[in-house]
Amino acid sequence: MSTAAVTSLARNEQRLHPLPLRIMHWINAIAIFIMIGSGWKIYNDDVILGWLHFPDAIVIGKWAQYGLQWHFFGMWIFVLNGIAYLTYGIVTGRFRQKLFPITFSELLATIDDALHFRLTHDDLTVYNAVQKILYVGVILVGILIVITGLCLWKPIQFSELASLFYNFQTIRVIHFLCMAAIVGFVVVHVSLALLVPQTLVAMVTGGPVVDGITARTAEPVPAPMPSPKPAPAPPPAAAVEPPVADSPPQGPTNEPT
Amino acid sequence: MTVRTRTPSIFRPQKPIDQGMLSANRALVDDINRRNLLRGAISLGALTMLTGCDVSEEPSVQSALRAVSSWNDGVQELLFRKQHLAPTFSPAQVVKPPRFNAYYDIEDVQPIDSATWKLELAGLISDKRPWTAQQIYQFPEQEIIIRHICVEGWDYIGQWSGPSLRAFFERVGADLNAKYVYFICNDDYTESIDMATALHPQTILATKYAGSPITDPFGYPLRLRTATKLGYKNAKWVKAIEVSNDFRETYWSERGFNWFAGI
Repeated sequence: MSTAAVTSLARNEQRLHPLPLRIMHWINAIAIFIMIGSGWKIYNDDVILGWLHFPDAIVIGKWAQYGLQWHFFGMWIFVLNGIAYLTYGIVTGRFRQKLFPITFSELLATIDDALHFRLTHDDLTVYNAVQKILYVGVILVGILIVITGLCLWKPIQFSELASLFYNFQTIRVIHFLCMAAIVGFVVVHVSLALLVPQTLVAMVTGGPVVDGITARTAEPVPAPMPSPKPAPAPPPAAAVEPPVADSPPQGPTNEPT
Repeated sequence: MTVRTRTPSIFRPQKPIDQGMLSANRALVDDINRRNLLRGAISLGALTMLTGCDVSEEPSVQSALRAVSSWNDGVQELLFRKQHLAPTFSPAQVVKPPRFNAYYDIEDVQPIDSATWKLELAGLISDKRPWTAQQIYQFPEQEIIIRHICVEGWDYIGQWSGPSLRAFFERVGADLNAKYVYFICNDDYTESIDMATALHPQTILATKYAGSPITDPFGYPLRLRTATKLGYKNAKWVKAIEVSNDFRETYWSERGFNWFAGI
């Protein structure tokens, strides 16, 4: 009986970051690296801000044409991977489960925790309100940078789309600001991943096992069906959850509502 | 996919370049070469250490990137809407004079003498008689006020007029089913566009800007102006037009810029 329970658990084992998600995350990291480095090279040919010129050491491509070649190669990776990611997030319900809802009271609680140095990262499987806002925000910025990118590439073929923005230079500025927002996100995202290294490990190995039943505690557990199989044993929560730090339990404010 | 073959240009000079000037100043040339070679070697070494190598120049990487660029040519051909018009603007929005751009400075522009200039026609065109500037200027004009977009990122609104390329092609009996149209320029510049773009209602052989003949830096007496390509596709100082089914690299595509360059 106990052996059967363990096998069934192993078969349904679901990691915090399933394999397809991890693959898409690292492909995206490479695509973002290519797009930003080559985008900076392209920007340098006609700067938007007079004082801002990206040094040659940090751009991709020694000449303008190389920057352009990389950008129009990287766009395929970024867009196709992005479409796969959005489809996956929507179809599997991951977005709904991890990123929503975001409530104002939850945001206030997160800010309050942050100001009192009470933010913990013991449970990687739950995002706080600020994390949710940043992740949703960067996804929206990613969509906008692709839309403005299409308008810069094809302002005539997609003139209906381009006409949503004031003129060609406005599209360039929005594309540039989206880049700045993504760079800002990457700085925060990478810094925090390095500060809490288990998050980085989780994005490689998959992270803690999340059980399907515990992940849906809000839903009523269905009554056991009359069947020859025994009802599933209560999930061995302590065994599957990451080790809890030695500090005393924090207030309920850290928990999702 | 189009199979592209390189064919030698029919516009390649028949006679070799006159070396007389070089022989007459041999001593001076040798002296300059020796000095520059030394200086060049030292600064090149220093430069390599400073910037490191660009992986884009690695032959395998470069050929992969160019393969993607070729693939993007095909995608752009599919995205091209043959009758879709680019937005047009009012004369009040026109920037005067237009913005100059070439691979050299405006001071180095070699003006064309329109009295001796002729537009040569080659390739799949039935009436290949050359056109004088006067004949071209008598051809019915079409005016377009369109946005010029440079691959560098800048743009301006310009007012161009001259023969519609489609009307001109119909007059001279060009093969409208051919694939490419080449523009050979008075400097060593060449450009080519796909036939669909050549026949687009907003593609003209521009002879005038803002109602007056184009001035020397902007392509006098004749240049291409199409609403659906980046700036560099709009060849200036055109001296010959060739219609062909063979693909050849052009000035910028040879140097790694995208060939289709549609907008």
